[in-house]
Amino acid sequence: MSVVTDLNAKAAGGGRMGGLRTSASRHRSLSILVGMAIVGAILPVLAFIPPFTLAQPSNAWIDGFTNAGVFVLLALGLNLVVGVAGLLDLGYAAFFAIGAYTYAYVASPFGNSILGIDLVANLGTETGGLVFWPMLLVGALVAATFGILLGAPTLRLRGDYLAIVTLGFGEIVPIVFLNSDALTNGTNGIGGLLRPSLPIIGSFSAINPWPYYITMLGLVTFVMIICYRLVESRLGRAWEAIREDELAAAANGINTVTVKLLAFALGASTAGIAGVFNASKLVTVSPDQFTFIVSFTVLAMVVLGGMGNFWGVAVGAFVIYTINNVLLKVLNQFFDQTGIPILKDIDFIQLQFLLYGLALVGMMLLRPEGLFPNSRRKRELHTAMVEPGEDELGAGEGPLDKEDVR
Amino acid sequence: MTGDVLDNEPILVARGVTRRFGGLLAVASVDFTIPRRSIVSLIGPNGAGKTTFFNVLLGVIDPTAGSVEFHGRRMIARPERIAFESLVWVLPALVTGLLAAALATTGILTGRILALVGFLVMLLLIGSLLLSIIRPVWYQKRLARIGIFRSARPNDMVEAGIGRTFQNIRLFKNMTAVENVLVGMHPKLRSNLISAMFNTKSMQAEEVVALDRAQELLTLVGLHGKGNEGARNLPYGDQRRLEIARALASDPQLLLLDEPAAGMNPKETQDLVALISKLRNDLGLTILLIEHDMKLVMGISDRITVLDHGEKIAEGTPEEVRRDPRVIEAYLGAPAA
Repeated sequence: MSVVTDLNAKAAGGGRMGGLRTSASRHRSLSILVGMAIVGAILPVLAFIPPFTLAQPSNAWIDGFTNAGVFVLLALGLNLVVGVAGLLDLGYAAFFAIGAYTYAYVASPFGNSILGIDLVANLGTETGGLVFWPMLLVGALVAATFGILLGAPTLRLRGDYLAIVTLGFGEIVPIVFLNSDALTNGTNGIGGLLRPSLPIIGSFSAINPWPYYITMLGLVTFVMIICYRLVESRLGRAWEAIREDELAAAANGINTVTVKLLAFALGASTAGIAGVFNASKLVTVSPDQFTFIVSFTVLAMVVLGGMGNFWGVAVGAFVIYTINNVLLKVLNQFFDQTGIPILKDIDFIQLQFLLYGLALVGMMLLRPEGLFPNSRRKRELHTAMVEPGEDELGAGEGPLDKEDVR
Repeated sequence: MTGDVLDNEPILVARGVTRRFGGLLAVASVDFTIPRRSIVSLIGPNGAGKTTFFNVLLGVIDPTAGSVEFHGRRMIARPERIAFESLVWVLPALVTGLLAAALATTGILTGRILALVGFLVMLLLIGSLLLSIIRPVWYQKRLARIGIFRSARPNDMVEAGIGRTFQNIRLFKNMTAVENVLVGMHPKLRSNLISAMFNTKSMQAEEVVALDRAQELLTLVGLHGKGNEGARNLPYGDQRRLEIARALASDPQLLLLDEPAAGMNPKETQDLVALISKLRNDLGLTILLIEHDMKLVMGISDRITVLDHGEKIAEGTPEEVRRDPRVIEAYLGAPAA
């Protein structure tokens, strides 16, 4: 027997040391700060050295990194919902939209006229831009509220059914923004948003990508720290528990309702922050920025990056965004210039979704846990193949499985 | 000693618990009490309705009729007057809204303030809706006082002081043993969203204490030093014991064990008996056992209740039950005439 346990101990190797958990979380924030500082310093350097400068100018790179950061934020938030709590959400872009429109109402002349305030006119661009900072919080709160409103009716649903409802929600929100002409200016969206500003730097501008870049770096770091702290707390354990076995979680005193709603709310609030930032950067919001494609892309980022692992999904999001928006363009240019017969006629940007599809299929076959997997998720997927009989054992409870936890 | 324990005041009382699945009467009007600090067993042939009864006690399945009281508080029964519950969450918003409308027509409230009130009404509505779906304990108690009653959910039963294990082990297999116990401690820990976000000192202190307690529990059930092993890698007997440790983590007064010895070898069963006795004698727990292993049941129980086809056919000390002709008939069939 002791031999067996020894072997098992070895098989379990790489599992996190439970005893180190609390001290690990104390150093976690620091390691994230250091990690993000390194990433934040290396990326701009890359933008200024040869192979990269050939593809596009340095400023465009910095700007691209910032846009990638928006998707990193979205992926981090969705990872909380899908990767950690196990609630498949296909309508995530809705919260992105809600965050963006929240900012638009406060920071544009059109939005102000709807709200009946005259903030933009009174404060001007420079002072008015300060409103961006508190709006990050407000956007998060508004999105979180909608997250809860979406979560409440879907609490009993799981898997496919939950996915369908969230998919519906993700479609409804942009359509509402599209069709309520009087309130949202319909297809044209709301333009003329204030850019953020800071006391000494003044208003951010479209020409200088740096302020946006630094801001985004700060936001990603902040969200990442919060995410890690949450996942390693009592709440994070509860999320993991309901993802693994909801009935057992309830039978251990976890209020599954609260815990699920919190997952939805926190995921949504991250998207809200991303929405506010994106709106302030594009200076305009319109319904076509928030289509299903966005939800799908973010989900693909989470799956490819490695569900459950925040660094993994961050890298996944960054890589996919960069491939989409830089690599494909560069490929086009390259083959146009070299003039290779068939390749030069292919528009690689058009092939984006074909590539997604291929990448996802390949991923599911070769490395289902993602590029940078969560150690727990990896164990789950790989041992599942070893013990096929296991689920049959678990299904023996009869009416219980159908009855569901209320 | 046996007699003393059974005279204790009951910790759990089930009255006329009935559960019907379509045409199948799974549990038929079963009365059942569990005296404090006793070990009570529920036995019966396969399909007798033991697990269904168990799940009714825990709020996993709603009873078709009957009620369950725990610590004198009615926890599980048919819902009463729940139609009025929606009033509770619409009413505050409705009153505020109507009041605002009335004030608006008289011209006291205008423009921006009116809009603010509208906003407030919306928040009220969302807040009370949330309350009604999250159902915190104080909310349930307040509703019960005005006669609106809904059965407790499994997590409410745990919070009230019941721990359980499952017939087919339902550990969180991808977590380590100690993490499983920490999840079991969930209702005892007080850290919340805010303290987790800011990683407060009090939360860190709480986590350290929780971790110590988890290790203690693992030692108690005989899993000392296996805390960092993945739950799925533990041998079968250890998984069963880990499940007990997890159930104990919420400091329950009543522990419900659903076939804890299923699939165990004689040695493991023996250890289990020792563990169960220890839980009762040292920790003062009350234990309800569903079990097929007759040797275990007869040896350990203060009282045995026998179910067959959903009905209670016998109840008494192990000796009485062993001799009861109806029990023998249920297990072995009627003697030839």
